[in-house]
Amino acid sequence: MTNGWIDIKNTDMMLIMGGNPAENHPCGFKWPIEAKLHRNAKMIVVDPRLTRTAATADLFLQIRAGTDIAFLGGLINYAIQNSRLAHDYLLNYTNAAFIIKEGFKLPDDGLYSGFDPATKVYDKSSWNYEEGGDMTGKAAAATALTGAAPAQHQPHTSDTASGQGHQAGGPMGAKGTGGAVPPPMLPPKVAYDLSLQHPRCVFQLLKKQYERYTPEMVERITGIPKDQFLKAADLYTSVRKDGDMKKVSTIIYAVGWTQHSFGTQIIRTAAMLQLLLGNVGRAGGGVNALRGHSNIQGATDMAGVFDILPGYLKMPNPTDTDFAAYLKRITPTAAKPDPWDSFNYWSNTPKFATSFLKAMYGPAATKDNDWAFNYLPKIDRNYSWVNIWNDMYEGKIKGIFAFGMNGVMIGPDSQKNIDALKKADWLVVCEIYPDETSEFWRAPGITPEELKKINTTVYRLPGAGFAEKDGTFVNSARWLQWKNVALPPPGLAKVDQEILATIFLKVRELYRKEGGKFPDPILNAWFPYTDPKNPSLAELAKEINGKALADLTDPNPKTGLTLKAGQQLPGFAWLKDDGTTLAGNWLYCGSWTEAGAMIQRRGTDDPSGLGIYPNWAWSWPMNRRVMYNRASCDPSGKPWDPERRQIWWDESKQSWGGNDIPDFKADSAPKDHMGPFIMNPEGVGRLFVPLGAMADGPFPEYYEPIESPIANPLHPNQTNNPVVKKYKTDMDKYGTPDQGYNVVCTTYRLTEHYHYWTKNNPMNVELVPEPFIEVPFELADRMGLRGGEKVKVTSARSHYIAKAMVTRRIKPMKIDGKETFQIGIPIHWGFRGIAEDADKTAKTLANQLTPTVIDPNAFTPEFKGFLVKIEKA
Amino acid sequence: MSDRKTLQIKQISAHPGPIPGLGVQRDLEVCKLVDTTTCIGCKACEVACVEWNDMPFAETTFDNTYQTMPETRWNFWNLIKFNEHQREDGTIQWLMRKDQCMHCADPGCLRACPADGAIVQYANGIVDFNQENCIGCEFCVSGCPYNIPKFNKETKKVYKCTLCSDRVGQGLEPACIKACPTGCLKFGSKEDMKMIAESRAAQLREHFGYENAGVYDPQSIGGTHVIYVLHDATQPELYGGLPKNPQIPWSYTVWKWLFKPVLGAFSMLGLVGVLLHYVTVGPRRPQPEPPKKED
Amino acid sequence: MEFSRRTFIKGTLVGGVGLSALGFDLAPVYAQTQSLKISRATETRSTCPYCSVSCGVIIYTLGDKAKNAIPQVVHVEGDPDHPINRGTLCPKGSSLQQDILNDRRLLKPQVRRPGSDHWQDISWEDAYNEIAQRVKKTRDDTFLERDSQGRTVNRCEGMAFTGGCTDTNEFNYLVVKTMRSLGVCYLENQARV
Repeated sequence: MTNGWIDIKNTDMMLIMGGNPAENHPCGFKWPIEAKLHRNAKMIVVDPRLTRTAATADLFLQIRAGTDIAFLGGLINYAIQNSRLAHDYLLNYTNAAFIIKEGFKLPDDGLYSGFDPATKVYDKSSWNYEEGGDMTGKAAAATALTGAAPAQHQPHTSDTASGQGHQAGGPMGAKGTGGAVPPPMLPPKVAYDLSLQHPRCVFQLLKKQYERYTPEMVERITGIPKDQFLKAADLYTSVRKDGDMKKVSTIIYAVGWTQHSFGTQIIRTAAMLQLLLGNVGRAGGGVNALRGHSNIQGATDMAGVFDILPGYLKMPNPTDTDFAAYLKRITPTAAKPDPWDSFNYWSNTPKFATSFLKAMYGPAATKDNDWAFNYLPKIDRNYSWVNIWNDMYEGKIKGIFAFGMNGVMIGPDSQKNIDALKKADWLVVCEIYPDETSEFWRAPGITPEELKKINTTVYRLPGAGFAEKDGTFVNSARWLQWKNVALPPPGLAKVDQEILATIFLKVRELYRKEGGKFPDPILNAWFPYTDPKNPSLAELAKEINGKALADLTDPNPKTGLTLKAGQQLPGFAWLKDDGTTLAGNWLYCGSWTEAGAMIQRRGTDDPSGLGIYPNWAWSWPMNRRVMYNRASCDPSGKPWDPERRQIWWDESKQSWGGNDIPDFKADSAPKDHMGPFIMNPEGVGRLFVPLGAMADGPFPEYYEPIESPIANPLHPNQTNNPVVKKYKTDMDKYGTPDQGYNVVCTTYRLTEHYHYWTKNNPMNVELVPEPFIEVPFELADRMGLRGGEKVKVTSARSHYIAKAMVTRRIKPMKIDGKETFQIGIPIHWGFRGIAEDADKTAKTLANQLTPTVIDPNAFTPEFKGFLVKIEKA
Repeated sequence: MSDRKTLQIKQISAHPGPIPGLGVQRDLEVCKLVDTTTCIGCKACEVACVEWNDMPFAETTFDNTYQTMPETRWNFWNLIKFNEHQREDGTIQWLMRKDQCMHCADPGCLRACPADGAIVQYANGIVDFNQENCIGCEFCVSGCPYNIPKFNKETKKVYKCTLCSDRVGQGLEPACIKACPTGCLKFGSKEDMKMIAESRAAQLREHFGYENAGVYDPQSIGGTHVIYVLHDATQPELYGGLPKNPQIPWSYTVWKWLFKPVLGAFSMLGLVGVLLHYVTVGPRRPQPEPPKKED
Repeated sequence: MEFSRRTFIKGTLVGGVGLSALGFDLAPVYAQTQSLKISRATETRSTCPYCSVSCGVIIYTLGDKAKNAIPQVVHVEGDPDHPINRGTLCPKGSSLQQDILNDRRLLKPQVRRPGSDHWQDISWEDAYNEIAQRVKKTRDDTFLERDSQGRTVNRCEGMAFTGGCTDTNEFNYLVVKTMRSLGVCYLENQARV
């Protein structure tokens, strides 16, 4: 979230889409309700089903799963056509005025400039700014347009937070370049037109791109009738009626947006809309990702995913012949209109990276060995979730650890994951319940003969539950909160850190005794913990925060502060690239300082009444509660809304201050025109994303899901996302309407259950005892199906059997003129659990249905909006 | 220890003598407010109730609804009722209402109960069952206009929501109230709850287009200590059959007038009832063990 | 179980009665001592492990932390001080007691051998040693120091690590430190899906 849970109470308008917070985040949902109760705020809910969130909405629209870009693009078009825009915000805080290079082409035919059909990859060199100066008033033959412009989603708020992405060459960017051709760079001085009239300025391109998203087109694609769409568009953009900047609206989403073959672009469309309306950085505004689990925000920050290192540093790739080359590739340089200023905070990347390597390898990381840079693996292809199972299925992966991760249930195409595990040599599962992954060899359909041939050795290690270990979770609002141990693990179970550390130290011992392939990183991984076999999480948390390795003085000479070697760092401004600091994750620097564990704070004071709670726990970055909060003020530094003052410029002190911590350079005067989006090299929000940050286009374009009932009405010859790659094993099958798959299916969780855990929990089992499938009344009527009867849903992959819930909360839709039905399947049941063990389910898995296809930016599978057929079982 | 203000007894079923402490303590009428317009049907209240009261596992089966079970049970006192209501324009309104004991000001169950001390009403409005004194006659079941008290065939006793009198007695809010994620449940004095409810209903009428929004606090039974804010107070039946004009069966109303003079004698009857109960049913047997789950 | 009306009323006044479904067999005297099941339990502040709201919870455990008493959970309730949930919990958070004290919990290390149709017990020490040997063998068999173009890559493609959503930051950091040092590229987490 750019903002936070409590902050939602400050909003005037909510668009909840791609998420179902009433069911999946009930306790967070009190804050939207507070906004309704105390501000008369309005709530628009757009979802494939009338959910329990929609039950409290002021306006509910039923959308076809996966068509969100069409809807949001329609909103952008509506806002521009009706001048519901935040003009000053657009001009000063986004790249609306930036001019794009000649040769860039919009995707009228579904393709941007630079597409190579052979490799299905874009050459993005034309997706760049033009170098130059002020072009205001110099637009030749520019068409007259309303004044307004753009927006951009910030990297660390997305579900994938894919990092900087300033230059060409993301995690896979090195492929094909061979290190020979330097990737294109952003120009340091960007040409711009403050009148927004230049035909190649971002605003004009944006306008042109979304002109095609008319209310009629929105209706054809999404199934939302034009009049309803217009009602929603008018309501949502009403916060900028007559250019008034006081009101603010928020967008709230979750995995309903990420789990598509264009998920990142859906979120970008939302971010662009919020920039156009001037809602980012403001109390009650923002783009708010509701993460689905307790610590996947933390897992992303801490690089539990293949393509990054902690703090969103990029993984090294083979073109990084040494540390300097790596730093050069990943450290952006400012790119902006010459008179403007850009903080370009990622210019500090060398300090972050060096401090990380010092934390990893301690004394073994020296200047002479490039801070042990070569101890890290170098990657140049996709090693993401679906690839793990694909590559294991193809026999490339021999062993796999699963620490609290039920990969068989998660899918997609669960049967493929089960078959992949059959081919592995070993599987180590650390869990608290018997799960489908550790018992994949007991999956329904495996005969005794086949079982004898499954040669996978499975170790199932009993881990500790949440109450039995301490440590930190990071919530959606970026709050790091420490929890305490309430009781010991039961039986012989152990805490996870002890299990992992012991395994690693045993491996190290083997390498020490026997030698082996490149043992250096294993032998030198720094384990300075009191009990290395069971490191205390507090010690790890302190290492993550970082400390001084030599006596240091504050980089800000005004403070005169000094640190002794060994002391905890107060914040990331202290980090050095000369090996005199270490920090496991620069982003968490400031979380455990000499003043103590900020993450354990329990201060309940909220002096501003805005729900900031500055002394409760700690929020990254540097305890800032609303990101980009410089944008809550006008260019002169005054809050857009004096009633909701977050920060402001204090002329007498010549500094920024206020109720929140400024997410900004504290002494940058408004006249210097530093952009509020300090993590972008431009300093402004990106309506247009230049170069390599996005794989599939600098603006989001609407593509159909991989399995869709119609050809894309915008460009029937380019129905799907052109850069999406399908998997190619015999297990990877994709269905079409011609084959009879013509019902749109989506998957989700219920509020009564949590993924695959609470099926072990009697109190939750009694609330929803068995699996079901939600079927529209009209479809059931046609099938002669009554509620409670069993149905079989079949996709190109497999089938799923459960009882039907016949409901009027899902209605038939007209999609491009064709009657289309949607059904929905909750994901919670597998083949181990209270209901399963009592034979009360068919023991089929919802994710046996879902396709193996991933978003080219975030690599998240398309769990939503695939095709099925449905029949009575 | 316990807070005498919050658990002062006001009435005792079939009890002839004076009520200890009555009139000595200040009255505090408590009330639970249920705002159905902000209820998300998450069932946190159901679980909080089951958990706090250590209820045994309740078998359920899928019944084409999100509703946990058709009605409350002796071991499931708090149930969200789900209703899909089709408006005139064809749009669907998904209504959710928390169903539980209403803690009526004039409790039909208490009026009907012939067993001394089996049902008490505290001055704060909580109507509480004391299973120790219950004779299992089930008169309370038929006396309730909301179909709330439920008979357990094994213990031969009747159970229902206590409004967490144990928690309230210690100065805590009921478990369901505390859990409610959206704050659609509130707990406080009846006076405060009425004011909050009325102002919310006014807000719904003025700002959210619900012309008939209103408060449910039926006067036909003297008001209740659980009140609702409804989107449409003219049609409470839409919310899982909430009666518009709840009535205690006339026989129990008459009964009270008729027998009041001979209440003392009737309490003897109650004792006979206890004896009869023991003779015919026998002593209570322990609860069956929950089914064992295998690893 | 005999009691007079008099003791009943006394009990009511002091402790409240009609306690619960469990209370149906309890004499009022007992009811008094059981007036609040958590009144002497130990409180521990924690965070709910389910969604990303991260509600504060209070875990009530048996015992006063005396050495000889092994704590066991008796109740979990929302933390009213927590600024986001303010004491509230959802239907999953409200049942956390059963997530902690659950007869389906795994209690001992087990191994399923190739071709086998059942689990067998294994000691921690044996499990650790076997796993370490497998990790080393897999790494040595599949480790790549240079790619086809001769560039240093130092990676191990024969092994994957998948982490779950309740893994703490500190644990995840330990994963990065250990797995990246082993050269693991297939490092993924619930965060991806």
